[in-house]
Amino acid sequence: MAERITRADVEHVAQLARLALGEEEIQSLSEELGAILEYAAQVSALDTHDVPPTAHPLPLVNVFRPDEARPGLPRDEVLAAAPDVQENRFRVPRILGEEP
Amino acid sequence: MIGARRIAADVRSGARSARDVLEEHLDAISGREPDIHAFNVVLADVARGAADAVDAAVARGDDPGPLAGVPLALKDNMCTHGLPTTCSSRILEGWRPPYDATVVERVQAAGAVVIGKTNLDEFAMGSSTENSAFGPTRNPHDVTRVPGGSSGGSAAAVAAGFAPLALGSDTGGSIRQPAALCGVVGVKPTYGVVSRYGLIAFASSLDQIGPFAATVEDAASLLEVIGGHDPLDSTSIARPAPELVAGLDDGVSGLRVGIVGEMTEIEGIEPRVRDAVKAAAAGLEAAGAKVDTVSVPSATYGISAYYLIAPAEASSNLARYDGVRYGLRVDADEVAHMNAATREAGFGREVKRRIMLGTYALSAGYYDEYYGQAQRVRTLILREFERVYEEFDVLIAATSPTVAFELGAKTADPLAMYLCDVCTVPANLSGHPAMSVPFGTGDAGLPIGVQVLAPALGEPTMFRVARAIEQAAGR
Repeated sequence: MAERITRADVEHVAQLARLALGEEEIQSLSEELGAILEYAAQVSALDTHDVPPTAHPLPLVNVFRPDEARPGLPRDEVLAAAPDVQENRFRVPRILGEEP
Repeated sequence: MIGARRIAADVRSGARSARDVLEEHLDAISGREPDIHAFNVVLADVARGAADAVDAAVARGDDPGPLAGVPLALKDNMCTHGLPTTCSSRILEGWRPPYDATVVERVQAAGAVVIGKTNLDEFAMGSSTENSAFGPTRNPHDVTRVPGGSSGGSAAAVAAGFAPLALGSDTGGSIRQPAALCGVVGVKPTYGVVSRYGLIAFASSLDQIGPFAATVEDAASLLEVIGGHDPLDSTSIARPAPELVAGLDDGVSGLRVGIVGEMTEIEGIEPRVRDAVKAAAAGLEAAGAKVDTVSVPSATYGISAYYLIAPAEASSNLARYDGVRYGLRVDADEVAHMNAATREAGFGREVKRRIMLGTYALSAGYYDEYYGQAQRVRTLILREFERVYEEFDVLIAATSPTVAFELGAKTADPLAMYLCDVCTVPANLSGHPAMSVPFGTGDAGLPIGVQVLAPALGEPTMFRVARAIEQAAGR
C-alpha cells in the first residue's frame, strides 16, 4: 500500500497545488505521502454508516453582521507590501495564452 | 521569576515602573537568547515606547489595565501592524501587516507590553520548532533538546524568563505540547472563545489562540483579557470572556475526574510520564475529587483523522501565497509559473508536504475516502467525548508521551513527528478546551506536563482542576 503514490500522482497533485518541485522532492514525497496516507487510512476501519461529517465544532450557522459601511484597509499601506504594483493595482505577469 | 499578576499590581500601584520591568526582561533576553533563539524579532524600542506609555498613564492617575507593564511575547503568526510577521516562513519574510490581530489589540489595551515575536514551526506545522525557516528554538532546560512545537518560541520565552506571558496558537497541540516540554502552563481554550482575527490561518476548523504562563493563575489572567466575542471573527462565540481568576481556589471537592486510557496508557509513552498522570490524579483525589479511569476508544483515531483534516484545510488556506499581494515573488514568464516558482522557493519542506497531502486528500476520487471519512470520524470523536462528559466534569491525560527530545531526533521521519500529537489532537477535533500543567520531571530531569480537558466552555472548572494539580505538584 505504501507504494501506491506514484511519481505521476505527485506531479499531478503538485500541479493542482501550484507547487513546483525538484527531482529529489518528487522522489521523497512519493514515499513519504504513501507512508502517511497508509497510516491515515486507519480512519477507514471505523463504521461511519449514517454518521454525518463534522466540518466545524461549533453549532453556529449563518453568522451575520450589521450591513453597515466601514473603512477597508488603507490602500497605500496594502499596496506597499505587494511585490509589484502599477496604477494602484497589483501587477502580475501575463496569464497563459494571453498576448503580451 | 516574578509572575505577571505581581508585576501588574506593582506597576499599577507605582511601586515599580513598567520601564524597569521591561529592561530587566530585555537584559534576560540579552543573556540567553543567543543560545535559545526564542524570538524571530525582539521589539525592544517599540516595547520601550509601550512601557513608557503605561508609566505615563499611571502618573496621570489613569487605569493602565489589568496586565499593566507585563512583558508579553507573541507567536509570529499573529499580525502586528507595521511590524514583521513571518510565520517563520521565507514566503512572508519582510512583510509588515496593515492591521493588528484582535488579540494584539486586547493585550495592548490591557497594558501588556509586546516584547517580541516568537519563533514557530513554519506556518505552525510541526511539533519541535525545527521547521522554522530561521533556525530552531532550543529548550531552556537543555539546549540540546527541542522546546516542542509549533509554539516553541513562546513556550521557551516563558520558561527562560524572557517574558512572564506569551500567546501561542494550537491546531493539534501546538500550545500544550511545547508547554509540557518547557515546564510551563499552556492553554487551548474552547474553539471560538478567543478571536482568530489576524491569526494567520493554518487549519481554520481547528486553530485556536491561547496563553502561556509560568502559573495557572497568570494563564487565567491572560485568557480573561483575550477571550470574548469579536464581530470580526464569525467563528467567535457570542459570549463575554470566561471569569477564571475569582474561582481559581474553589477546590475540586466532589468533582468527577476521568483518566483517559487512550491518551495515557499508550504505546511508546515514557513510564515516568504515565506515573505523573497517576500522581496528579492521586493529588486530586486527596483534594476531594472522585477519580476513575475512562475509555474514549475513538480517540485512537485522532491522529489519522487530524492528519487528513488539518492538511486539507491548510492546502486551501495556503493557496493565498501566490506572489501577488504580499510576501515573496519569484518572477516567471506567466502567472501560473510565477505562482509555482514562488511557492517552491518560499515554502519549506514540511509545508510542501502538508499542502501535497491535503491537496491529495481533497482531490477527485479520494475526497470521500480520506477527507470525508476523516470528518465523519471527527463526529464520532466529538460524540464520544460529549457522552463521557455526562459522567465526568473533567478528564486528565498525558500532554506529550515523552519529555523533550534531542534536536534532529525525529526530523527524518514525518510520521514519528506527527505522533507527538497523539494526546493533544482529540481536543482540537472536538473543539473542547484543554490545558497542560507542569507536574514533576521525567528522564534527564526534564519537565512533564499533565493535560486537563473539559467540555465546551468548561474553562472555569478546567482551571480550578489545573490549579489543584499545580498545588499537588508543590508549586
